[in-house]
Amino acid sequence: MDGWLLAQYVMNGLMLGMVYALVAVGFTLFFGVLDIIKFSHGDVVTVGAFTALACYVGMQAAGVASPTFELIVMVVVSTLAMAFLGILIARYLVMPLRSAPALNTLLITLMLGTVLREAVRLFYPQGANPKPFPALLPKGAIDFGGFLLRLDNVIMLAAGVLVIVGLQLLLNRTKLGLAIRAVAQDEETARTMGVNFTAIVLITFAIGSGLAAVAGVMNGLYYNEINFSIGLYLGVIGFSAAIIGGLGSIYGAILGGFMFAALQTIGTVMPFASAYKDVFAFAVVIAIMAWRPTGLIQEKISERV
Amino acid sequence: MKKVSLFAALSLGVGLVALAGGAPAVAKDKVKVGFIGPLTGGVSANGLGGRNSTDLAVRLRNADPKAKYEYELVVLDDECKPNVAVQVATKMAADRSIIAAATHYCSATAIATVDVYHRFNFPVIVWGAVLPDITYRNKYAEIHRVNGTMINQNDANAELITKLGYKTAAVIHDTTDYGKGHNEYFSKAFTKLGGKILGTFGVTADQQDFTAELTQIKSLNPEVVYFGGLTPIGVRIRSQMDKLGIKAVFDGTSGIVSDAFIQGLGPLAEGALAFREGASTEKLPGGKFFMEKYNAQKYDNPPEAYGAFAFAAMNLILDTIEKVGPDRKKVIDDLSKVKDVDSIVGKITFDDHGQNTVAVITKYVVQDGKFVEWEDSEYATGKRKLPGQK
Repeated sequence: MDGWLLAQYVMNGLMLGMVYALVAVGFTLFFGVLDIIKFSHGDVVTVGAFTALACYVGMQAAGVASPTFELIVMVVVSTLAMAFLGILIARYLVMPLRSAPALNTLLITLMLGTVLREAVRLFYPQGANPKPFPALLPKGAIDFGGFLLRLDNVIMLAAGVLVIVGLQLLLNRTKLGLAIRAVAQDEETARTMGVNFTAIVLITFAIGSGLAAVAGVMNGLYYNEINFSIGLYLGVIGFSAAIIGGLGSIYGAILGGFMFAALQTIGTVMPFASAYKDVFAFAVVIAIMAWRPTGLIQEKISERV
Repeated sequence: MKKVSLFAALSLGVGLVALAGGAPAVAKDKVKVGFIGPLTGGVSANGLGGRNSTDLAVRLRNADPKAKYEYELVVLDDECKPNVAVQVATKMAADRSIIAAATHYCSATAIATVDVYHRFNFPVIVWGAVLPDITYRNKYAEIHRVNGTMINQNDANAELITKLGYKTAAVIHDTTDYGKGHNEYFSKAFTKLGGKILGTFGVTADQQDFTAELTQIKSLNPEVVYFGGLTPIGVRIRSQMDKLGIKAVFDGTSGIVSDAFIQGLGPLAEGALAFREGASTEKLPGGKFFMEKYNAQKYDNPPEAYGAFAFAAMNLILDTIEKVGPDRKKVIDDLSKVKDVDSIVGKITFDDHGQNTVAVITKYVVQDGKFVEWEDSEYATGKRKLPGQK
């Protein structure tokens, strides 16, 4: 295998990993503040992508011609819309079940995921069919023979890095971030210190779901095609990535996302049939969980005794 | 015995007299033939179209003064469910007064019932199901089929791309029976014609990302990327091929012949190839004749894609009974000798498995956002060219 081909594999893996990481971060955030698994997260990605697409169709109808402007509007609208959806889910489905067993939350969000997925399929015009997603980023590319370096991929990677760095700064350098971390560490103490618990939980869900919208748009821009079931698969992978990274740890989720993408890519390059790449990737996940049950990077303060 | 033959002779005589007199041929022997198809459920439109077409064949025969027998059609519903199909097939095959039947639209029901027909020595001609195993898993003399299979489809596929000068292909297929079957038959057909399969990649039927497989394909540099699977992942693979700058021909199967493929890809769909068993009824050799007769009967449902095949199957059964008499054994013997027999779906020749070898396959290419039949396309005339076409 020559170097350029290897570069192509790395690029594929990085793009895949970026989308996975953005989804996994959501899982880890929710687990951090409320100790719950929100299984509808993957489908929020789908709804986010479809919201952006609907936005694009609307702007086309209105005669907007600038791709940059369209893209900015799509990202902003879908992020805000998903943030709002996240708040609704947290306020009306997750919070009321706080005193119930964690299994109930898991089940109810699993069902919500099905509702969201089916709603897209049934209510989006011809939602059952794959939809073309517009390529709005500049199309330039440099061809190195085995490796096609595309400008849009570079922009998406840079944007993803910016989002993650921004999230880090928000969590570590602001008062809001301090409050989120306080709630994540110890809810009771945070409350006595005057942190508005409900508001912090809602904001965390808004941030996580907003990231899902970004992941959805990025997924659409990368593949130029979206369909109602992308969230199901992304949800499972995002969840697995968050788990192998260590639930509750942001770095862990990011690491897990990229690691999962790497495993899938390696699985395809391996001499045995590429049909087994998911088998390979998930088998490694199982092995890692057996080796380190709390994930590669553990929460700083483990609640388990 | 003597009495019977005397009666037969008498009735024949009476029949002739009646014929001469132009009166209805009341004295003809009655012969029962059968039809099984899905008359209820999700694919009932196809079943009803097939039933009507078979009924048409019987009616036309009964209206023919030269016919030796008067035919009665027995219709049963398999609901496209294997368990129901086995029951109705047993019911029909066990009834010795039914001589032969045109059976099954669904592959699942057709494959489930072959053993039943074999056990009862009941000759059938499959009119719609495409799974190769129906005729090829066993060598049952009772089972025949007028329509093509995915084998014929892939033969036609390999033939076309070889004719266009392509020598190398990479295969991506989904890992269902459907995709695996396509991979097997295409690889076989293409290699036989001198082509070379550079790599084969099995993928799951709901996979999203194909960049890893396609990167490998890119390094293999094939002229054609063959895809055995259905529309959703076909759309993804074609669009990701473009992302990675793969300029090969996208060569699909019947699984991508749908509007969703074109909608999902937009202009990228241009130049994609696809193949399908059967043909639009108007394009069949006897399509015009069939449609005229069909419309004259004022059935409630259209014949659908396989109606003409059901008609041809029943017509072949009736021809055979006319020739050898209403005897299952003789019908089976005679059907095994069917060679270059004219029908409305073209010539019919059964191989030693009872499979029609000159099955009609329609070739498609996407041109300006439509699946255009290859022969009518600008690619066939050379006005447009597929990537790397000579």
